[in-house]
Amino acid sequence: MLLDIRDLTVEVEGREVLTEVDLQIEQGETHVLFGKNGSGKTSLLMTIMGFSGYRVKKGKIFFKGEDITNFPINERAKRGIGMSFQRPPTIKGVKTIDLIAIFNSDEKSVNEAAESLELTAFLDREINRGFSGGEIKKSELLQLMTQNPDLILLDEPESGVDLENIAIIGRAIKKLLQKNLRRLRVNAGLVITHTGLILNYVEADRGHLLLDGRMRCEGNPREMFATIQRSGYEVCARCQK
Amino acid sequence: MSEVKKRAEAAQIKKAAYGMDIDLSSFRKDAVPHAYDAKLNCLSGEEIKTMADVGIIPAGGLRSGSFLQMDHSAVNCSAFQEGVEVMSSAEALQKYDGLKDYWWKAVDVVTDKYTANAELAFNNGYFIRVREGIKAKFPVQACLYIGEEGLAQNVHNILIAEEGSELHVITGCTTAPKLKRGLHIGISEFYIKKGATVTFTMIHNWGEEVVVRPRTAVWVEEGATYNSNFVCMKPARSIQMFPSVRLKGENAVTRLNSIMIATSGSELDIGGRVVLEAPGTKAEILTRTISKGGSIIARGMLIGERPGVKAHLECSGLMLSDEGSIRAIPELDGRVAGVEMSHEAAVGKISQEEIEYLMARGLSEREATALIVRGFLRVEMVGLPDSLKKEIDRLVEESEKSLL
Repeated sequence: MLLDIRDLTVEVEGREVLTEVDLQIEQGETHVLFGKNGSGKTSLLMTIMGFSGYRVKKGKIFFKGEDITNFPINERAKRGIGMSFQRPPTIKGVKTIDLIAIFNSDEKSVNEAAESLELTAFLDREINRGFSGGEIKKSELLQLMTQNPDLILLDEPESGVDLENIAIIGRAIKKLLQKNLRRLRVNAGLVITHTGLILNYVEADRGHLLLDGRMRCEGNPREMFATIQRSGYEVCARCQK
Repeated sequence: MSEVKKRAEAAQIKKAAYGMDIDLSSFRKDAVPHAYDAKLNCLSGEEIKTMADVGIIPAGGLRSGSFLQMDHSAVNCSAFQEGVEVMSSAEALQKYDGLKDYWWKAVDVVTDKYTANAELAFNNGYFIRVREGIKAKFPVQACLYIGEEGLAQNVHNILIAEEGSELHVITGCTTAPKLKRGLHIGISEFYIKKGATVTFTMIHNWGEEVVVRPRTAVWVEEGATYNSNFVCMKPARSIQMFPSVRLKGENAVTRLNSIMIATSGSELDIGGRVVLEAPGTKAEILTRTISKGGSIIARGMLIGERPGVKAHLECSGLMLSDEGSIRAIPELDGRVAGVEMSHEAAVGKISQEEIEYLMARGLSEREATALIVRGFLRVEMVGLPDSLKKEIDRLVEESEKSLL
């Protein structure tokens, strides 16, 4: 088991945002997280990554069999968890390449990754400064591609991205998740999506529905998304597979 | 007695508008003279290292001119390019009939006790001039060095960029490594004539009990550009300066960048004032300050006197410890309708969000903090040649290491 979350209850500023959540992800699997705004999806990703402000009240997070519930963020990153942020901060005066060079010194692979995302010109720009919605998403993916984590947490990778760029982003995620490999696939993903568009590019193995901080349904992601589109989140939650 | 001297005498005890008041009598007035060193081969290894830390290359390579003053003596004045003049201001006063169009013209001798004292106890300074149409190939460097404990050094500098000329100046102000206490008063009057471009980079690196009172005024004529980059990474006991740039001619442009750090026990009151006096003039003031226990006042003032002038002021402060303080005081003074002036000021500690974002890429908290501080101090120094940019980046980086 790559990621094993058991009975996880999380508070943000005294308010419970996740309640008794269970989630298991095996190596090579891609899971999708559905849910309304404010249902706790981003909180779950932030808690897995270890951000301050997300206080684990109960439960445990295991990664590669190790209890990481109380690990600092960078220790989780070092063990192979990576995340793309929905609204990352701007880092004044630090070029994107300056950051990437810290965790990946292979110039050739960095340049290739940047080219595949049509982001070469952005390497010399300050991190996220003046980036459009689509550029932020691509820059986040570039950092992940060069960081090469085993578990990839993607928070709405397609939101605010035009159709042309969705294809580019879709290809990049496919590569990150090693979808080109039929066997021996080891990288796993947990993806939040609202639009479901990313499902057209990335074959997902399992879907989960979060409502009011609780896991309410799990199943085939395409079927779940179809139900949600047709009848809404509440109906999907009622199926209780 | 000359008229100037009489006025100076009358202003001898006049307190400055800003900064702590300094008892000038507590500093020594007389220095042991240093011999002229034509080839700059009499400097000790330690002196060479101290000067290198403020961007001064003793050998004079890759420079179009060089000036070195130790205590009160002009130890070396050299110019390596036709049309570039470098000499001590004492020599220039003699050679050019008292520099009557320039001496105490941009700065008023009765501004305060420091300007008065610089006249009454004059200890040299530099005179740099680049002739009409000449583009200096390399930067001209000027170093003002205090080596004697407790000494007052009162310099008066003149810089003239004649019409259409181009010049980079790098000034390093520093003290001997063992020196604790000293006083540096520096009068600087710069004249940037029609169509000329001057980039002035000043690096301060003082002993911890040194008091510094620069008084700088710059006149910028039609179509001319004055860029200033000020770096103060190793703060003194007290520095107070409020250089003033007058954009006197149409379409004159200025940009003033400052980065400074105050550690415990030091007080920095540093600003910049630009008066936009002519149509089409533009100004930008950008200040980045870090307090690690010291107190900083960062002033900025833009005065718009003609419709359509454009100016912006940005002042950001980063608090790296719970002690110390940063006060940002941006002022905009529009005197006619139609001026376009704006400012942004921010003071705070490093955002947790930024640190954690970088930690999610595997950086430790310490590494993340260092990267953010480095980025914060990475001000785009306009107008600098690449080699000088690299030198300054290196100096800033070294200071960062000692800061964190």
